[in-house]
Amino acid sequence: MPGWTHKTDETVQHMSDFVLPLPKHETAVAVHGAAVHEHAPASSLSRNRVGLWWFILSECFLFLAFISARYYLLGLERPAELNQALGLGLSLLLLVSSLTAYRAELGAQHGDRRRLLRNTATTILLGLVFLMGVGYEWSEALVHFPPSEAFGTVFFSLTGLHAFHVLSGVVLLALVYWNARRGRYDSGSIWGVEASVKYWHFVDVAWVFIYPTLYLVR
Amino acid sequence: MPLVQAFVFAAIGGVFGVGVTVAGRVLTGREAWSLEPVVTVGYIFALLGWLLGIGVWDQWAREWLGLPVEHRQHRGWARYFAFTTDHKVVGVQYLVTFVALFLLAGLLAMLIRIELMAPGMTFMGLGTYNQVMSLHGIVMVAVAVATIIGGLGNYTVPLLIGAEDVAFPRLNALSYWLVPPVAILLIGTFFTGGLDTGWTAYPPLSDVNAAGQVLFNLAVITFGLSSILGGLNFLVTIATLRAPGMGWGRLPIFVWSIFAASLISLTATQFLAAGLMMILFDRLLGMAFFRASAGGDPLLYQHVFWFYSHPAVYIMILPGFGLALEVLSHFSRKPLFGYRLVPGGFIAIVVLSFVVWAHHLFTSGMSDALHGPFMVTTELISIPTGLVFLSALGTLWLGRLWLTTPMLFGLAFVFNFLIGGLTGIYLADVPTDIHLQDTHFVVAHFHYTIVGGEIFALFAGIYYWFPKMTGRMFSERWGKVHFWWMFLAYHTTFIPMFWAGIHGMNRRVGDYPAELGDVNLFISVAAFVMGGSFVVFTANVVWSWVRGPRAVANPWRAHTLEWQVASPPPIENFPATPVVVGSPYAYGVPGAVHAVLTTAPAHTPAASGGAQAEPAGPALAADSA
Ligand SMILES: [Cu+2]
Repeated sequence: MPGWTHKTDETVQHMSDFVLPLPKHETAVAVHGAAVHEHAPASSLSRNRVGLWWFILSECFLFLAFISARYYLLGLERPAELNQALGLGLSLLLLVSSLTAYRAELGAQHGDRRRLLRNTATTILLGLVFLMGVGYEWSEALVHFPPSEAFGTVFFSLTGLHAFHVLSGVVLLALVYWNARRGRYDSGSIWGVEASVKYWHFVDVAWVFIYPTLYLVR
Repeated sequence: MPLVQAFVFAAIGGVFGVGVTVAGRVLTGREAWSLEPVVTVGYIFALLGWLLGIGVWDQWAREWLGLPVEHRQHRGWARYFAFTTDHKVVGVQYLVTFVALFLLAGLLAMLIRIELMAPGMTFMGLGTYNQVMSLHGIVMVAVAVATIIGGLGNYTVPLLIGAEDVAFPRLNALSYWLVPPVAILLIGTFFTGGLDTGWTAYPPLSDVNAAGQVLFNLAVITFGLSSILGGLNFLVTIATLRAPGMGWGRLPIFVWSIFAASLISLTATQFLAAGLMMILFDRLLGMAFFRASAGGDPLLYQHVFWFYSHPAVYIMILPGFGLALEVLSHFSRKPLFGYRLVPGGFIAIVVLSFVVWAHHLFTSGMSDALHGPFMVTTELISIPTGLVFLSALGTLWLGRLWLTTPMLFGLAFVFNFLIGGLTGIYLADVPTDIHLQDTHFVVAHFHYTIVGGEIFALFAGIYYWFPKMTGRMFSERWGKVHFWWMFLAYHTTFIPMFWAGIHGMNRRVGDYPAELGDVNLFISVAAFVMGGSFVVFTANVVWSWVRGPRAVANPWRAHTLEWQVASPPPIENFPATPVVVGSPYAYGVPGAVHAVLTTAPAHTPAASGGAQAEPAGPALAADSA
């Protein structure tokens, strides 16, 4: 074998005994009489679902990096000036929005366009109120712990990173609303709704870790 | 022309971003022009414009608004300059781009070696040296991360698993088209004060140096995004698109290695992005992540950075392992030894790679209590790595070695990586590392793992799949000339570097003590000779691609699926989904069959396909040797 070169085609033609012709439509089971693993390539919906989960895992690492920066720089230290009432209120707001997002998805699953629209609109509204709350929180924070100090640095970067994700979630839900109004989910292919809602849940869960990191640990 | 449209959209986006920034600054009562924020916001919008223009708008984003999308498939040469979703086109795009970048960054290495031929600054100033060294570093890191995975991985993984394409073809095209902006930004660093922090971008320097640092950070974050999306695509492709019968226990080992490397790309890369974002926040928003005077800590960056960058060396080397084992098995005409253990080894490497990062901080002032644990975890990695070696040696043992060019590169991989691995022990061990840290011993060590390991494996892969990708044969004689030339010059270059490092040759510095002049002159001359070997490679590849003899479908008589279709494969890869019934490596096993292919009668091979020496009809791969 070492003497063989791939340069001439005749040599290779002699090797056609390495590649056996097989009768047409022959199945693997018939060749071997053995069972083939019964899995077919996945549908595009299940591919999308798997992809979304991997994406969410990836995003977790981004938040993890900034959360660990908080503990690395400050340990468990936190300033007394944090607006605890506002922090708690914003957290509850976001949890409620997860519920409405869930109901929007239910509406889409049942082909109930009005329920989908109503709950999507509510979720978007709650998201926007959350963002305004963060904006108000920032105006207070600028006075007590500006971003040029260690706590301000982790506070503004973590809430900012999260607010950016909320904003992108709002944009996604707005697209869902736009498409739902035009009846694009009535046919039952509701991946757009499912993905946006899952993303929204993820952004909420991220906050569930960020909130204690900034407001509660001591 | 999609490229023209992309540049126009990018310009519109850039102007818009700059306008918004200037307007915002004026409205908040600040000076209208400030280079760093203007560049950052301008770039973000220019990038959006670039992506929309190249094809995201026409072929994708319209869908989100409920508008009809265009499914335009470019033909001929045009598809390589367009938003093309065929994984084979994307693979070639990646491969050609990154091999070109490899050659360019190699030229930068030649400049470095010219400067280091003699002590003192003889050829360029210290500032220029820093730029050249930094750019060589970051471009080669990008090459090491993306060439095998993005190039060979994209081309072959769907073929190897019997799929028509990757799971998300449009995302795949997007990953590739994120790369040109990275190159443009890196070139831009030259015009914005240069880049002097090496590829690692350590603060405090990177917090305060010229604006080129901002462009560097934006470039690397963009590249990281490309890497994350590429990794995600491979994970979903391998998890969901395997042909019937292609269980996890029958995956070609290269596919396994891509899967393992993608796990790291997907997750760890976020830490690189986070670290670079923190630098940007410090510079643009006045934050204090790394400013010790305001309660920050530069060491935080080193932790965040190496939490990515140590695993990243396995993004580079795992596909190298996979490629080498793949080639060793096919050209030893023997089943892969320990096939069932190797994927376990890969996964163990992935897991361990996340708990060793602080071995880069032994001399940084990190708590002494962390030295021992990180030394131990680092050395633990040698166990799964040893498993890979065992598999390589067991495969070669009593094999009928077919010493083709790809096989020679595969064999060299085993030899080179052994040296790279063994010298790594001195850097994992705290007592020796404290002496060797930041010397050319480290430079030699990682060039042994990445060049001697990954790049040799890359060349094995390029030669191995060249007939499949181009439909042409390369010149075996010139391939062997390339191999021996590169192999000998490579060792002549890097072995003395260990010696220079032990004797105090610092890395990253253009000047050095006079007594190291002789060894450096020797290294430089050897490096120039090594550089010459790539001329042979380039000439061989370009000539063969244009003029080489037509390749048959399966010149290596390999069993894996990609060789059972024409060279190059038709656009849909397989006329009908193949059914996998056995191991891909059952060489010399009587009657063993990897897969059954059926031909749909309507199908004709791609027009560009070569002469078919094999029966065009249904075929199954078996070996009677
Ligand atoms: Cu490391």
